[in-house]
Amino acid sequence: MSQLSQLIEEAYTGLKSLVIGLGVTGKALCEPGVTVIYPKEEVDNLATFRGHVELIGKDDDPAVARCVACGACAKACPSNCISVLCPVPVKEGEADTGKLGPAPQKGSKTPAQFIVDYSLCSLCGQCARACPVDSLRFCHDAYTVAFDRKAFQFELVSRLRQQAEQALEGGEE
Amino acid sequence: MNMDMLLSLDYPLTRLVIGLLGIFAFVGLNGLILVWVERKVAGHCQYRPGPLHVGPHGLLQPLVDAVKLMGKQLVAPARCDRVLFWTAPLLAFAPVTICLLPLPYGPSLSPIPMNLGLVLILAFSGLGVLSLILAGWGSNNKYGLLGAARAVAQSVAYEVPLLLSVMAVALTAGSLDLYTISAQQGGWPWQWYGVKNPLAFFIFLICAVAETNRAPFDLPEAESELTAGFHTEYSGMGFGLFFLAEYANMIVVSGVAAALFLGGWQGPFLPGVWWFLVKIYCVLFFIIWLRWTYPRVRFDQLLNLSWKWLTPLALIDLALTVVVAGLGG
Repeated sequence: MSQLSQLIEEAYTGLKSLVIGLGVTGKALCEPGVTVIYPKEEVDNLATFRGHVELIGKDDDPAVARCVACGACAKACPSNCISVLCPVPVKEGEADTGKLGPAPQKGSKTPAQFIVDYSLCSLCGQCARACPVDSLRFCHDAYTVAFDRKAFQFELVSRLRQQAEQALEGGEE
Repeated sequence: MNMDMLLSLDYPLTRLVIGLLGIFAFVGLNGLILVWVERKVAGHCQYRPGPLHVGPHGLLQPLVDAVKLMGKQLVAPARCDRVLFWTAPLLAFAPVTICLLPLPYGPSLSPIPMNLGLVLILAFSGLGVLSLILAGWGSNNKYGLLGAARAVAQSVAYEVPLLLSVMAVALTAGSLDLYTISAQQGGWPWQWYGVKNPLAFFIFLICAVAETNRAPFDLPEAESELTAGFHTEYSGMGFGLFFLAEYANMIVVSGVAAALFLGGWQGPFLPGVWWFLVKIYCVLFFIIWLRWTYPRVRFDQLLNLSWKWLTPLALIDLALTVVVAGLGG
């Protein structure tokens, strides 16, 4: 007898779960969809979107990165897609050729070039974690498109400068 | 035999030809509509829009799909049994159209009214099993053959409780004529056999879903878990016919459900045909809704449900019906 009542109980809970399941999809059926029909509309809540990394400017001068060219990000990067380049110190008596070398370079506190190869990046965020001065963040650009792989090699120092200039122009308007 | 007689609807052959033409149009149109409804319901169940771009709200999408399907090359596997291989899809589709003939679409609209309509439908829907096994055997493909064996095991398993639940209604009505059974019920839900005998209706619905190979019982065509099923080797319209047969089968079982359990064409305000279509489409919608709610069952679960639950329940229901009918009569 106990076996029979157990069977009936099982059948009851099973049927109940089936009805609950129908309720879930039935509710979804009546609610509006959440898919965005991309070319016709675009999403604007990209605050949590993780694109490629970009540099953060100083508080007093947004065109200059907080970066201290220590090279910790490049070391932390598992896919080797970051290269931070600084001016190589000129020895006494030699002419300054503007040669760049991988960070850190003696005496250099700002990067001359900060190159990220987005085509290799796995967006793990190790670089941002490793940065001692919080100079890296993910950008919110979801619409990066190109035909050429080289177009995904971003130079972040000049990118930051451009962004600051654009922000300045936008502010003046 | 003169021309007037040939053109009269009372002449059986004329009636058959006109009925078949009507049924073909009905099945074709419904196939297109159902594909669209299926994809729309699927989309909305998952918070996405479904087909959207071809025609308003994607209405022309099934038409485009059909054209694409027809344009595809028909390929038969090497060393397959060609006759069986190409007979199978035709055999899957042909009996379904016959099953649609005795359905009472309205008080005065039934292509071929007959007093054994229910038996005709059950007999011809049994032919579908033959097409599955022919497709699997003729394909010269082990996966196809195993898929066919699976499909036949399922079809046979669910035919038993389906027959028993239908028999309960036939006993109550005292008739095998779908028209008579529909006419005995009233327009209001409490007069329907589905409400008077909910267990039989419940069993019938589950078996109908399983018989039409619809999810969660769509193991015969489980394309993602197993290497598809009996129709692995079919391309283009070969597959298309199986596909169309599935939808036509759905219409048949919904029509039978509407006639046996939901009062057929009867309803308060509208003319009969519309009520019948509304009821058919409610059942169809429910079957589609089920598909996008439940995950696919495992094969042992599928057979257990039929043999251990539905068959005994249907037997009990039938026995109770006999007792009640005996007491009442």
